[in-house]
Amino acid sequence: MSTNFKRRQVSGRGIPLPGNDIDTDRIIPARFLKAVTFEGMGEHAFEDARKQNPEHPFNQKAYQGASVLVVGQNFGCGSSREHAPQALMRWGIRAIVGGSFGEIFFGNCVMLGIPCLVASQADVEWLQKAIARAPQQPVTVDVETQEVRFGDRIIKATVSDGPRNQLVGGTWDSTAVLLEAGAAIEATARRLPYVVGY
Amino acid sequence: MARTLLDKVWEAHTVRTLPSGQTQLLIGLHLIHEVTTPQAFQMLKELKLTVRMPERTFGTLDHIIPTADQTRPYADPLAEDMAAHMYKNTKEFGLPLFDMASGRQGIVHVIGPELGLSQPGMTIACGDSHTSTHGAVGAIAFGIGTTQVRDVLATQCLAMAKPKLRQVRVDGALAKGVYAKDVILAIIGTLGVKGGVGYAYEYAGPIIERMTMEERLTVCNMSIEGGARCGYVNPDATTIEYLRGRPYTPAGAAFDRAAAWWKTMATEPGAKFDDVARLDGAAIEPVVTWGINPGMSVGVSQRIPSPDSQPEPERPTFHEALAHMGFEAGQPIKGAKIDVAFVGSCTNGRLSDLRIAAEVAKKGKVAKHVRALIVPGSQQVARAAEAEGLHEIFQAAGFQWRKAGCSMCLGMNDDKLQGREMSASSSNRNFIGRQGSPTGRTLLMSPAMVAAAAITGVVTDVREILR
Repeated sequence: MSTNFKRRQVSGRGIPLPGNDIDTDRIIPARFLKAVTFEGMGEHAFEDARKQNPEHPFNQKAYQGASVLVVGQNFGCGSSREHAPQALMRWGIRAIVGGSFGEIFFGNCVMLGIPCLVASQADVEWLQKAIARAPQQPVTVDVETQEVRFGDRIIKATVSDGPRNQLVGGTWDSTAVLLEAGAAIEATARRLPYVVGY
Repeated sequence: MARTLLDKVWEAHTVRTLPSGQTQLLIGLHLIHEVTTPQAFQMLKELKLTVRMPERTFGTLDHIIPTADQTRPYADPLAEDMAAHMYKNTKEFGLPLFDMASGRQGIVHVIGPELGLSQPGMTIACGDSHTSTHGAVGAIAFGIGTTQVRDVLATQCLAMAKPKLRQVRVDGALAKGVYAKDVILAIIGTLGVKGGVGYAYEYAGPIIERMTMEERLTVCNMSIEGGARCGYVNPDATTIEYLRGRPYTPAGAAFDRAAAWWKTMATEPGAKFDDVARLDGAAIEPVVTWGINPGMSVGVSQRIPSPDSQPEPERPTFHEALAHMGFEAGQPIKGAKIDVAFVGSCTNGRLSDLRIAAEVAKKGKVAKHVRALIVPGSQQVARAAEAEGLHEIFQAAGFQWRKAGCSMCLGMNDDKLQGREMSASSSNRNFIGRQGSPTGRTLLMSPAMVAAAAITGVVTDVREILR
């Protein structure tokens, strides 16, 4: 596996997005799902929220070019649409730090090599405010050591063993890994009564 | 040691433990639809891979399907393009597609159980978060993203971590006018929209056990709205009788052998759970959401809560919800004016849902200012409803009788809210913009409550109409 698949750490400018329970319909409204490719999804990230709120962080000049998104609780809940992380990725997001994540969204991010790390409510709020004060300063998301560094402060930010191993080891592009099981896949199927016939 | 259904299904489908520590899990049934698969097929082609077990994948068309005029090409060129890709991809990879001509088309989570494709003891995946629905038959079923759809097509497997298990017990008996939808909204209201993250939910207790399969499908459908990626009910006599005689279940002696195996997959007495939650079912009244996620709900006799009554971190979302919905804290939900009524979706688009909505529709006419749609969950549901004359009851009362599809649940076809319209909806999500208008508003409730709101024009306690 090529080393450029490894996501040991991601460094870049931050963008804070306050609020809890931001769902994937909000990240990318369903009408933009009428497409047979993911191309162009980036320009529709948070489209309705941005139109309704000119001050939306994704509209702010200071955050253009940012790559580390900092969010609240239950970010990405709702629909399984991979269009949501695809839109964020194509907008420029490379890593997300938050209070907690919707589970399918989290998994979809791993499949795209986007680490999502969980930090405490207090640390998330601190980081959001710190980035707002110094948007040009880089945030470093260290997946391997499970910490986020901003200026001289280090906060703890965790990601469970499985996804962390995938991201750090560069095995998040899972098709190749799953194919390695070879005939064991069919052997497992043959043990199932509904596959072989009851 | 006594084992749970989750333990047994997980073990039976484990191919190996991956270097990452996750399980390589075999997927017994893969369901696909037109919205989350074109990119997966494209990736498959780029990788020069085939579908590993084409006999284990079934497709349908649901999200973008017009429910009024279904003449091809569809009026919306983007919808037509997505349908055309679905035809092309399923043909190229040799996968069955339940299209309009099949007579079996419908919402993927309605047709899976209805055709007997979804069976106890299976692992089921689909590029749609409401795949949790299929857990009602005793399967472990979860939604996946498009890149994972590619994985299932290419390898029939997923890399997954086994979730923790919470048993959610609903005790007592339901009052008249209270339905499965009210039960799951009450569960989400109690445990929260993120309470289930990291968990699978096993629904149990006397109320769940007495539920029909269609009611169980409604409950499991909204597991994801409580944060749980999958939810299931243990297979029992109700499950077996529901599956008997379905097109894709075995027949004759093979059915009995299947049923015997299904029963062995149920959670054993004395099995341990990571957590147990209990609800008093007798205390549940018809539930209505007032906010912008499915956990923001109240009983129909209650008032909209004040943000000040909430823990501090939740308050901004409450303020946002009140502002979006145009509600005041302390206002009763009953009497809130609606503009649109929608009965349908993978949550509540089955025959029993249409029957109860029709029962209410008989009591009046759709209010003059209300646009009311009945959208059956599948072609089979539509035919069965028409055979009973339900469509005539609806039409006589002023409801539009539409063709099967996802429709106004997410507004990917022409069925959308306009502007700030307020919708009484039997669907599953009240997220901002969900029903097709960025400023549209959604009140989730049972199909009976939707029908009641349609004829009175305001949120109404259906028990007063059914009395």
